[in-house]
Amino acid sequence: MQLSPELMLLMTILVPAGAVLGILATDRYPNLREGITIAASLVLIYLVSSLYGIVSDGGSVQLLGPDLFPGFSLTFTIEPLGMLFSLVAGYLWLVTTVYSIGYMRGHGEDKQTRFYACFAIAISSVMGMAYAGNLFTLFIFYEVLTLSTYPLVTHAGTTKAKQGGRVYLGVLLTTSILFLLLAIIGTWHTAGTLTFTRGGVFPAEVPTLVTGTLLVLFIFGIGKAAIMPFHRWLPAAMVAPTPVSALLHAVAVVKAGVFTVMKVCVYIFGLDLLSILPTTNVMLYLAATTVILASIVAMRQDNLKARLAYSTVSQLGYITIGALLATSAGVIGGSMHIAMHAFGKITLFFCAGAIMVASHKTEISQMRGLGWRMPITMAAFFIGSLSIIGLPPTGGTWGKWFLMVGALDAGQWPIMAALMLSSLLNIAYLLPIPLRAFFSGVPPESPLQIKEAPLPSLIALSVTAIGCVILFFFTNPLYQLAKAIL
Amino acid sequence: MNILGLYNYWIVVILILIGFYIVIAHENLIKKLVGLTIFQTAVFFFYISVGKIKGATAPILNDSLQVYSNPLPHCLILTAIVVGISTTALGLALVVRIQEAYGSIEEHELHAQDNNDQLESQLEAYGTRKQFNIMKRT
Amino acid sequence: MTAHYPVLQVIVPLLAAPFCLVLRIPRLVAIFAILVSATAFLISTALLQQVLSHGIVIYELGGWAAPWGIEYRIDQLNGYLLVLISGISTVVLIAAQSSIGRELPENRHTFFYTAYLLCLTGLLGILVTGDAFNLFVFLEIASLSSYILIALGTDRRALTASYQYLIMGTIGATFIIIGVGLMYMMTGTLNMHDLSQRLPEIYKSRTVLCAFGFFIVGVCLKLALFPLHLWLPNAYAYAPSIATAFLAATSTKVAVYVLIRFIFSIFGINFVITSLPLSEIFLVLALAGIFAASISAIYQLNIKRLFAYSSIAQIGYMILGLAIGTQLGLTATLLHLFNHALMKGALFLAIGAVVYRINSSQLHHYAGLGKKMPWTMSAIVVGGLSLIGVPLTVGFVSKWYLVTALLDKGWWPVAVLVLLSSLLAVVYVWRIVEWIYFTPPRIILTDIQEAPLSQLIPIWLLVLANLYFGVDTRLTVGVSKLAAQSLFGVTL
Repeated sequence: MQLSPELMLLMTILVPAGAVLGILATDRYPNLREGITIAASLVLIYLVSSLYGIVSDGGSVQLLGPDLFPGFSLTFTIEPLGMLFSLVAGYLWLVTTVYSIGYMRGHGEDKQTRFYACFAIAISSVMGMAYAGNLFTLFIFYEVLTLSTYPLVTHAGTTKAKQGGRVYLGVLLTTSILFLLLAIIGTWHTAGTLTFTRGGVFPAEVPTLVTGTLLVLFIFGIGKAAIMPFHRWLPAAMVAPTPVSALLHAVAVVKAGVFTVMKVCVYIFGLDLLSILPTTNVMLYLAATTVILASIVAMRQDNLKARLAYSTVSQLGYITIGALLATSAGVIGGSMHIAMHAFGKITLFFCAGAIMVASHKTEISQMRGLGWRMPITMAAFFIGSLSIIGLPPTGGTWGKWFLMVGALDAGQWPIMAALMLSSLLNIAYLLPIPLRAFFSGVPPESPLQIKEAPLPSLIALSVTAIGCVILFFFTNPLYQLAKAIL
Repeated sequence: MNILGLYNYWIVVILILIGFYIVIAHENLIKKLVGLTIFQTAVFFFYISVGKIKGATAPILNDSLQVYSNPLPHCLILTAIVVGISTTALGLALVVRIQEAYGSIEEHELHAQDNNDQLESQLEAYGTRKQFNIMKRT
Repeated sequence: MTAHYPVLQVIVPLLAAPFCLVLRIPRLVAIFAILVSATAFLISTALLQQVLSHGIVIYELGGWAAPWGIEYRIDQLNGYLLVLISGISTVVLIAAQSSIGRELPENRHTFFYTAYLLCLTGLLGILVTGDAFNLFVFLEIASLSSYILIALGTDRRALTASYQYLIMGTIGATFIIIGVGLMYMMTGTLNMHDLSQRLPEIYKSRTVLCAFGFFIVGVCLKLALFPLHLWLPNAYAYAPSIATAFLAATSTKVAVYVLIRFIFSIFGINFVITSLPLSEIFLVLALAGIFAASISAIYQLNIKRLFAYSSIAQIGYMILGLAIGTQLGLTATLLHLFNHALMKGALFLAIGAVVYRINSSQLHHYAGLGKKMPWTMSAIVVGGLSLIGVPLTVGFVSKWYLVTALLDKGWWPVAVLVLLSSLLAVVYVWRIVEWIYFTPPRIILTDIQEAPLSQLIPIWLLVLANLYFGVDTRLTVGVSKLAAQSLFGVTL
């Protein structure tokens, strides 16, 4: 069966959305329900892979949707950055689904149908974002993503979960409605178009004051990129079940944020314009501050998920820096880091979840000596940490490498310094966890009956950990994609 | 034009103000309606006096009559009077029902009772966690 | 037959109203009312079709030519609103029978439908007429019947609410006739078209200014512009749910129409902007209203009151569009007029369905209903999202056009305030969502079921309309633009 590329594009969005119906219909039959989820994710992987084949052969796919208002249509185009994002999200959805089955059953969570359904909607909107052909389409799916992940954050239904949900929704909606929507309407008003265009859309005669202001609005408006002071939602979202934190708050949602930043910088402003804007440096230093501060805060967290959350805030800052450096190496580094960090961070979250299910431990200080009880989990955690820090032989190395080169090209010494300092901090807050787990002996209070996590979870976290290593050696396709963005 | 020459307007303005004052200042619901009626009637006067021409007759087409008043405002006011009467009637009917339901037609007493109801539902929402049976209408 | 559509539009419901009293059997009356309203809807669509293809439709009542007789005049603006009002009315009526059956004693059903049809007559009459005094008469028909509809509510507070509305409404209406009388004094005509021709010559006259002032205050009382809104929250909160759904979706919209008609077609936007600081006044009142009402909405315990306050805020958005004073601004207002009717219709109908099941509109009784009444509750959520202005709903379309119009005018700070105010909507809508889905029930919900189909169908019709017109905006945006163009064409 040979589908036309346009149809495949449409299907990437419709398949997860369609899966929602199936999931809702099979509420009573958990096995069937999870079967549908897995089937949908397999189909999705097939679709994004074949689309990747087309794009890497130099083909282009475009789909013009209906006009929403006169002049604004739902348009989808595939370009390398979106392709990269959708590949990462598509593959990791399958892995996460496998993991969730173990986790949700192991943890005996209720309302699982709502969980899987919202998850599928979120993936559908991620696909919509990845392939969005204009800012308008992107914004629509951006908001759908926010709303569909809200029930996942408040899944537990406790007061704490509700409060977390309020912060989550409050920050994300506030920034997106107040700043992002204003920036989009402002862009349309000054440039007359919202279509993503290589080299930017703003005519040369637009004063840099206006475009500079718009840049600030965009960077603050894309709350999902978690630039301080709008990062609070991410730690708040950690009340969600761990698979949610893993896929959405390490991969889909946050990456959607930095992906949007990247898209806006490259396709709305254009690197040439970006490099002369008066506010670019301000935003750049703000991102650098976020990187450092978030790392420092991460060191002070004892709760594992909270530490990982702040680490994510910090790593997202890297990608924003990559976009704002306005050099080709910066953009390449930033986009590669989207993928590399995704694999690294999801591994860490999977491990955190596995530890929680197997031993009911959430605080780092309780995890001494856990390494010998859960060797696979902790080994995976070690590999994931290496990738986040950016040490060989893991994929994270390459993203950071190109970011450094980008900073060097742009002559931004302070940024170089910030990146290096942050890497040191990364080592300080991540590596002690697996090291202490293995090398501090078994403390007496640790009960002996702790065993490894459920098998599906173990498989999932091993796969992503191995992925981190593979990405170090077979990094060329990713590099080609990232290079093709410009 | 001198000020006294516009006496009809003065009367209308004064009546409007009197009516308006009664609506705002009085507590009693019936008195309020009385004020409202005065207010409306003043406006009717205004229309009628505007249509009137000094020394003119009714608009009957007859050669001996040269000047006649404009009939249109008068007709309009006929309609408006009907509207006014229905409003007053409806208002009075409401007052009767209010008297039946609250046992009073003084505004501050109605407010006091309403505030009580409001407080109760507030208590129910945030104060006690009692389980409430649903009142089912039979 | 086709030629008589304008008058049939009004006559059909008018004659049908007393006929309800003859029919008497509640079930028959209900079906009859739906038929009547549906007929009105068909007529109005035919009229809109006619207007869009042939231009303005003029009908002389009784064959009397315009300045002497009453003229019905239908252009894009009122053609579009006729369809909206009669359409919403029909959809609401479908849900009426079961909901009224629960909320009103059987012997009052007939009265309810009679008053409802009279109210519909009044609203449609306001829209079609081209005569200023006739407009007042229809306004009073609509108002008197809505006082009755409100007073039919079971809570005793409905009576005081209705009384309060009666006093305020009558004052407003009397102000309107004072304005009309002054205009008549100066021009010698009541025909709107003639007025628009003759008024420009005497723009400088103080009497015209005075007439305009009285008129505007009167209409603003009717449309509940902040701070003249005090009658509205209680009236919406204690009226029977069906009456609330109907009035919230239609009556303030019609009042906004009257405002637009007088500002744009009769006085002319140039007069309004140059001789009065109306734009500034509207701007300030609209913004104050949006914020004050949205904040009040956050603190309401009764969900009907909550949405009543939200209605006041939404009226602020419509007035804001007028304050901009450009064609784009007017387009935004007209769009929001249509879109808000869809949102509030859906929301109040859904609340009606809940009242049907649990006999309460207190927010805390909604706890845990997400599981028991999934379809009704998701309708409330979609309606709420639409109020916030989330993409793919009609609310987003309105907000987009409003903000664009503001930016076009160069009012950046106001645009920021508008967006900020939608966050308040997020807060009050999310309070409801948390009660519905994430709070354990406070009352015993064991035998609570999903709303009956006769209510779910109209609710979801409106919800789907919320989504459909949020995606396919050709009709709404197209007609709004045409209407705005023609309104500006008259004066330019």
